Amino acid sequence: MHHFSAPHARRLISASLMIGVAFVIFGLSFGVLAVSAGASVLQACAMSLLIFTGASQMSAVSVIATGGSAASAFGGAVLLSGRNAVYGLAMAPVLRGGSLPSRLLGAQWVIDETTAVVSAESDAATRRTAFWISGAILYASWNIGTFLGALLGSSINPSDFGLDVAFPVMFTAMVASHLRTKAGRYAALFGAVAAVALAPFMPVGLPILVAAFGMLFGLAPQSSDEVTA
Amino acid sequence: MTWTLILSLAASAYFLKLLGAVIIGHWVMPPALERCLMLIPAALLAGLIAKDTFTVGQQIGVDARAAGLAVAVIATWRKLPFVVIIVAGVGTTALIRLFV
Repeated sequence: MHHFSAPHARRLISASLMIGVAFVIFGLSFGVLAVSAGASVLQACAMSLLIFTGASQMSAVSVIATGGSAASAFGGAVLLSGRNAVYGLAMAPVLRGGSLPSRLLGAQWVIDETTAVVSAESDAATRRTAFWISGAILYASWNIGTFLGALLGSSINPSDFGLDVAFPVMFTAMVASHLRTKAGRYAALFGAVAAVALAPFMPVGLPILVAAFGMLFGLAPQSSDEVTA
Repeated sequence: MTWTLILSLAASAYFLKLLGAVIIGHWVMPPALERCLMLIPAALLAGLIAKDTFTVGQQIGVDARAAGLAVAVIATWRKLPFVVIIVAGVGTTALIRLFV
């Protein structure tokens, strides 16, 4: 077991719980939408337990819900989870030194929010405490939310509540932090235009994969207005 | 939703996390590759927003979903809590469908 940095634990727990509340609500929405897209309660819960990266899960469900193929749902979701490899590199020093099982478990908890919580800390011991506390709380919150949402989703008729618009609404809340840079805004504009303009000419689900080419704005050297998040 | 999709997605997502966190933990990624990977959410999430708001299958159109999205964009821009963004966005579309 790792040595925990006790003085910071309480502060890190309350910081993580604040994000955890959002994760329960977010997970709940995911559960409802997954079930409304044809997943069983067990499948919705398996997605959150095993995939545990919100944007990818939502993306796959959104493509399936609108009639896209499993292959295009898979492609978009995997592309979206590519950034977890970048976060993983940043989190590697935090996991290094732990036992192999702890590193294998820790890898599953490398997501946007745990990386953000850890990155806010400066010394190695506190970063390690921050990772395990935020990881455990967020993993629990996300899965509790999903389970409750999946139960809720199987007892209501989602189309009665305008829940089809819940997808773009959730994606809007999620994309905001990615629009802080000029390259991010160009990539988003490209993605949005591609996804709509190509819709009449391609099978459902494919325009989304073309939208991902917006990532190529990253090939341009970082401009002076860029801020690292 | 099939188990094949769920399990292959789980394996791929976990592999990508493991790749960075454990397998190649010491590697310094080329900055351009890192910038591209970090831009995928902006491009794809914006694409998903546009698809889920302005298309039905292969048809392009504007309906009550656009109003819900507009409200969600304003709520997000005003940095309102997550639950407010969802309820306001979904509620707007539901109300328009109820009364129009």
